[in-house]
Amino acid sequence: MNPTDVKNPEYFHKVVDCQYACPAHTPVPEYIRLIAQQRYTDAYMINWESNVFPGVLGRTCDRPCEPACRRGRIDEEPVAICRLKRVAADNKSDVADRMPKIPEQKNGKRIACIGGGPASLTVARDLMPLGYSIDIYDNQPMGGGMMRSQIPSFRLPDSVLNEEVNFILDMGVTTFFNTEVTSMREILDKNYDAIFVGTGAPKGKLLNLPGLEEASDSVYIGIQWLANVAFGHTEQVAQKVIVLGGGNTAMDCCRTAKRLGGQDVRVVVRSPYADMKASPWEKEDAQHEGIPIFDNHTPKEFVVENGKLKGMMFEKVEAVYDENGKRSLVPTGEDWVFMEADVVLMAIGQENAFPWVERDLGIAFDQWDMPKLDKVSFQSTRENVFFGGDAAFGPENVITAVAQGHQAAISIDLFCRGESLLDRPAPHTNLVSTKMGVHEWNYDNQVEIDDRYVVPLVDLDKALSDRKVEVELGFDREIAFKEAERCLNCDVQTVFDESRCIECDACVDICPTDCITFTANEEDESVLRAKLTGPSNNKTQELYVSAALPTTKVMVKDENICLHCGLCAERCPTTAWDMQKYFYSVTKAGQAA
Amino acid sequence: MSYQIPKFRHPELPKNQLGYTKADYEGSISTLCAGCGHDSISGAIIKAVHELSIEPHKIAKLSGIGCSSKSPTYFLGKSHGFNSVHGRMPSVVTGAAMANRDLLYMGVSGDGDTASIGLGQYGHVARRNLNMVYIVMNNGCYGLTKGQDSATADEGSVSKKGEANPFSAIDLPAIALQIGATFVARSFSGDKEQLVPLIKAAISHRGFALIDVVSPCVTFNNTPGSTKSYEYAREHMEATGTVDFVPMHEEITTKYDPGKTRDVTMHDGSVIRLKKVDDSFDPFDRLSAITALEKSRESGQILTGLLYMDKHSRDLHEALQTSRTPLNQMNEHELCPGSKVLEQINQSLR
Repeated sequence: MNPTDVKNPEYFHKVVDCQYACPAHTPVPEYIRLIAQQRYTDAYMINWESNVFPGVLGRTCDRPCEPACRRGRIDEEPVAICRLKRVAADNKSDVADRMPKIPEQKNGKRIACIGGGPASLTVARDLMPLGYSIDIYDNQPMGGGMMRSQIPSFRLPDSVLNEEVNFILDMGVTTFFNTEVTSMREILDKNYDAIFVGTGAPKGKLLNLPGLEEASDSVYIGIQWLANVAFGHTEQVAQKVIVLGGGNTAMDCCRTAKRLGGQDVRVVVRSPYADMKASPWEKEDAQHEGIPIFDNHTPKEFVVENGKLKGMMFEKVEAVYDENGKRSLVPTGEDWVFMEADVVLMAIGQENAFPWVERDLGIAFDQWDMPKLDKVSFQSTRENVFFGGDAAFGPENVITAVAQGHQAAISIDLFCRGESLLDRPAPHTNLVSTKMGVHEWNYDNQVEIDDRYVVPLVDLDKALSDRKVEVELGFDREIAFKEAERCLNCDVQTVFDESRCIECDACVDICPTDCITFTANEEDESVLRAKLTGPSNNKTQELYVSAALPTTKVMVKDENICLHCGLCAERCPTTAWDMQKYFYSVTKAGQAA
Repeated sequence: MSYQIPKFRHPELPKNQLGYTKADYEGSISTLCAGCGHDSISGAIIKAVHELSIEPHKIAKLSGIGCSSKSPTYFLGKSHGFNSVHGRMPSVVTGAAMANRDLLYMGVSGDGDTASIGLGQYGHVARRNLNMVYIVMNNGCYGLTKGQDSATADEGSVSKKGEANPFSAIDLPAIALQIGATFVARSFSGDKEQLVPLIKAAISHRGFALIDVVSPCVTFNNTPGSTKSYEYAREHMEATGTVDFVPMHEEITTKYDPGKTRDVTMHDGSVIRLKKVDDSFDPFDRLSAITALEKSRESGQILTGLLYMDKHSRDLHEALQTSRTPLNQMNEHELCPGSKVLEQINQSLR
């Protein structure tokens, strides 16, 4: 194999699994170290720069970083990255003086953001400091979009959301709340320099089963029902509640129902428990609150007596997988099951809807009625209209919306300055040695063996009595420190300098996880992997291959389960190995060098 | 400086027949200098013993004094260990082996411990063919006392001090051959592909098995003028052939050209397969080995690989007809049979 090009900024980025997996590429190990040093405000600002809503995400993020975490490959569970982020938010001091300065002299460019959710707010956050004037339109009374309407207060207190939304609105954004935009043409007529559409995926799916019409007074679409609860329009629910669906919205619905008076609240889902779309921890949280989940039950009809919903009939199914692993749910042939219900909440998915975008404006839509967009710039076929968040490529999550908002902001800035949208700024990177002494590093290279710490919860009775009581208490500072110490510091890279190596094998012998091999090079990666000291079966992880050494052998390091403990560098007599801290951040609008 | 090795290991480490991974054969973290050849030898011992599926409690590792003799702490942490007196490791092993022949005796020594203060003991243990593995971690200097030339330093070799060594070197394999050793090999710490099978073969050999391993001292003797540096060893290594070790339980599947390979079945049923490089060299002929060693010395090469093996080795236990049962498994009556038996013995000698 050819020697690895570590000058490529993506090589070491990929080694930092959590950061690489994060859609916004937040520098995770960097802020975790700052938390361990009790520099909470610094940790918060690193997050804020990257993901805009650390307090929100520290409670509600889908955490793509955690399944990616290297610790999960060598230990039972990954680092509790998400909850550490919350620690930074909970313990920060005043950050007002750290917020970007907003120029008083505007640059004369006006931008409209349709929708006041995370994507639009991110666009505003990135463009306001550059002197743009921004108008945000939203049909809700306050900013935050689905973070406000769909995430229940017991997971995300209003105060946390308000603070982070206001950091942006207070930059001088002009808001048009309680304003439903019903016509794109009208917006275009206002002669904005660019328009950003961040309207999310607002349309909940409804399952049209026999009896729906008669039962319609008692059947609600999950996301609408959650919004009604969030804005105080719905304050109670009947005793027997069935929630249909197996995603995170279903989990929010059932837990909310339990707090609004639901006694017999149950989740019924077609798929097997393990295949449910909800995050594992959200399923656990629901079950912890005494909500049973009935899996393998397909809803068949509403049972209505005298115009009143009595319950639902379900058919029991089992999952059968064909040779391609494709699943089908086959009825077991058992009698249908009847479950009583006063109310049914449907949380079976949501869709995009753009009825307000006229189709003669030059904004092209595809066969699924989604806007045709450039995947990198988020530009539509009308050059001054951009999309982002769930509105762009369908429902995802908050962190993806933020990442797309950053990219859309870059595009809008380039567009307004008349530059090419393809000319994307390179990431900011920095690689610097952590060497302090002969065998000393400026990071804590000792690998702690602690198991993942559990986030303490509020007393269950208290939690269920009030939908505004936050369930998770968050880590205190002491536990946060211990959890932070579980981080392997994957951003401290093992950098190899072949010109210094004397091939003494000391690094091979000391490496606790058998990452390093000196061997004859091979053309084929799989042949080379088969020759390595430790089993090398995770092909998603790179091999770090050196140039040929004096014996014609090469150094090959399998990045897969490197502990970043620095022992290779400590045992190296010639400093051919060095531990170097790699900082990578996505360049945002106006930051390009 | 790290004083502990992280607990985590590769989750897919292969297990041996006993269900142990390589990690079960590790010791404490090494406190030797970074880059010391001894650590590589420790690594090779761990690998060999793991792959042979030897139960850790069936091994006793013994050493004398010196950097090399510290190293048993860094491998086989669950085996028996005895860090003995300078140069006296062979007599401690002899005593232990007489008391219990069921253990595998792994003696680890250095060039100072073996060729200087321990030369006498070394000669006698080789001569008696005690059933043990004797590994010399040979760096040509006294590393623990700041790198003075040792007795194995080649004449003219220049260590960090900067002065050429005026004395001729003791060649440990040559002495062992002369004195009647039944398994003599040499290797290099930086070549595990050669060293690991040699250690396995030495373990399977019944009798005294010497492996003299050139093991550079990075701190005092890895200089351009040294003949025991990494660079010199790599450039001047010359192998007698390659050794493959096939454990008893594994079927021999690879076919070799019969003219170039020789299989030797060991007493435990395992097979050593030798692939020759040079037709004139015969590892089963003591004279051939002595000649080859002398020739390579003259040409300034370091001859490595299996130098000599006596296929019909008779070890000290056979010669002395020692007890098959370890003493610690005998009862008081067997151990102290009483004055009547003593009287009989005395009578038989009159």
